Amino acid sequence: MLELAIGIILGGCALGAGCAMIAGIGPGIGEGHAVAKACEAIGRQPECKGDVTTTMLMGCAVAETTGLYALVIAILLIFVAPGRFVEILMNAVG
Amino acid sequence: MSLVFLILSLLSMAAAVAVKVMFVPASEGINITGAHVFFTLKTPIQDLPITEAQVNSWCVILAVMFLCLFLTSGLKTRNISVRQLVAEWIVEKVTTLVRSNMGEFFEGFAPFIAAILGLSAFSSLSSLLGIFPPTSDINIIAGWAILVFILITYYKMKAGPWIYMKSFGQPVPLLAPLNIISEVATPISMAFRHYGNVLSGSIISVLVAVGLTDVSHKIFSFLPGAFSDFPYLRIGVPAILSIYFDLFSGCLQAFIFAMLTMLYVSGGFPAEEYAARKKRRQERAEARAARANAKEQKAEI
Repeated sequence: MLELAIGIILGGCALGAGCAMIAGIGPGIGEGHAVAKACEAIGRQPECKGDVTTTMLMGCAVAETTGLYALVIAILLIFVAPGRFVEILMNAVG
Repeated sequence: MSLVFLILSLLSMAAAVAVKVMFVPASEGINITGAHVFFTLKTPIQDLPITEAQVNSWCVILAVMFLCLFLTSGLKTRNISVRQLVAEWIVEKVTTLVRSNMGEFFEGFAPFIAAILGLSAFSSLSSLLGIFPPTSDINIIAGWAILVFILITYYKMKAGPWIYMKSFGQPVPLLAPLNIISEVATPISMAFRHYGNVLSGSIISVLVAVGLTDVSHKIFSFLPGAFSDFPYLRIGVPAILSIYFDLFSGCLQAFIFAMLTMLYVSGGFPAEEYAARKKRRQERAEARAARANAKEQKAEI
């Protein structure tokens, strides 16, 4: 019975980590948009390539933040949470 | 004399490697456990663990300091050396960057921004030596982010605490809780952005290296004896990933951290209110001086 419970905990943590990384879609689309617009801008005004690139990289980094939050949650779920949850279960069972 | 500084700078990085080799237990296969705790200081308030990340970050600080001393030792006005040219180039670039992003008022920020850039870039690049990069520990980055947050708040308060309080009620007072949350979210997002990028790079590198070991065992299993055990695919292939994750991402995140610091500090500064306050104070001081003058003249009469 205890093995089943621990298995459910581990499986839940892995599934949760996978679900959390769905958030990777958003920054991907957003950064793609930003880079596409930057390419257009450089095509229109090649002389301001440096400024456009710097601003684009800044914007990409800020847009990436949500994805990184998801990544941190996923890393916690994989490497930290299982041990904690199993400990809680063991304490509850006694 | 200047060579001594260069050797000291290299020595402090070598010290970090030596500490890692001597005190951190070796591990086999996947092992992502965070920084190794060397020992714990007992203080009255709270136990203070001294971790690998802290020690490495001290080593990086020493290395950057000695590198700066090396670059700036023996400055001359003519017949300048390459070393001095590099130093002048760095100073000029950072000053231009700060002036174009923050304006004339914040020109004194150039050394601070250069320090953040150098420390962050060297910390991320220290993973190339095989030591634990300090930037992949949230505690180190959170310290920097809190420092930047204090700076932001200080410059927002420059025009008086009342104007700072009033800025939370913009555009309508109903949004004050959301404004406070977004204020607190600034250092958190700065810390998580830098730390997440570096940490994800190192985790992906480890996973790829372990995966390549398994694949090469499968492919080369026909070789006799010990030859089949050697992970051939791990030679060179993970280095391609390292170019992106260690070199490019590390430098880019350092630049972005410095850039965001500049933007937040200069963006939050209420320039008009500060100018008005300065003018008011000056007028008051002038009036006081005039009154004192008049009193003096009266007394003389």
